[in-house]
Amino acid sequence: MANQIEKARRVTQPSNTDAELRSVLSDVLSLSADRAAALAADSGLFGALPELDSMAVAGLLTEIEDRFAIMIDDEEVDGDMLGTYGDLLAFVRGKRGEA
Amino acid sequence: MLATWPCPGPYGILEELAVAFDRGRSARLLIAPPLFEEMNRTRRFLVETQRQLDAFGVDSMLPDLPGCNESLQAFSAQSLGSWRDAMAAAARHFRATHILAVRGGALVFPTTLPGWVLEPIKGASILRQLLRARVLSAREAGLAEDSAALLELGRNHGLELAGYRLSAALVAGLDAAVPEDEGQVVIRQSALGGSALWLRSEPGEDPAQSANLARMIAQDEGG
Repeated sequence: MANQIEKARRVTQPSNTDAELRSVLSDVLSLSADRAAALAADSGLFGALPELDSMAVAGLLTEIEDRFAIMIDDEEVDGDMLGTYGDLLAFVRGKRGEA
Repeated sequence: MLATWPCPGPYGILEELAVAFDRGRSARLLIAPPLFEEMNRTRRFLVETQRQLDAFGVDSMLPDLPGCNESLQAFSAQSLGSWRDAMAAAARHFRATHILAVRGGALVFPTTLPGWVLEPIKGASILRQLLRARVLSAREAGLAEDSAALLELGRNHGLELAGYRLSAALVAGLDAAVPEDEGQVVIRQSALGGSALWLRSEPGEDPAQSANLARMIAQDEGG
């Protein structure tokens, strides 16, 4: 529960990582600005969005690596990392040393 | 609007198709398309750009890479070398005066032509994304695969990635290739406005981006 609240708090706080990550998702998944802005910590990604297949995930991760100047190992990619928007944001922030 | 051009193949010359807006004008732009899935994702964008260029008085040709799109050649027989030969042959056939290379097209375009390179990408980045897609889809199927081991296998024996059968030459070529632009103007996505169409998991189009790209090319070409 504390974890959930922590995630929700992170997502609602304005930060460049949050805004940039929404922008990446919007570009890869063709989300409207409104839909991208409405992503909440518990919004489902992998498994919830049919357009997010393995090719789209590969594109998404590559674009995240480029824009945030991080490297993602294949081993790090799983349901815990991509299950929800909050999971993904926490992962990227962790990689950037913001967690 | 569809034209054919003679393309070198493994057993001689074969016909390939190109989308051509050719009215015999003096400014003639050859478009080297992106590679793999990005080619499909950008097709409507590039053809719309051709329409806009036509209105600006610029002829343009978008040839198929052999093994891709409508081509009857085998994808598994292709390499960066065969694609470079093909793009050079298309440039000669269509008497191109300028080049627009898009993304992975920057790895295979005729470098002696003046022109533009839109968001060029390294071959290794293309390969990394394809390998990652394969590892992820294998994992969904309960199989453990490793990008580094797959790359080594692919460099020696070829490899199937995201539905494409890549030859060993193509894998090794991509692993080493960097954009070959020499004096061509590099155009960044930010100059087009909007988000990059090759990123979208579903192919889309954006006439405003096409208009911006066509305008940039038409203005430069006149000068």
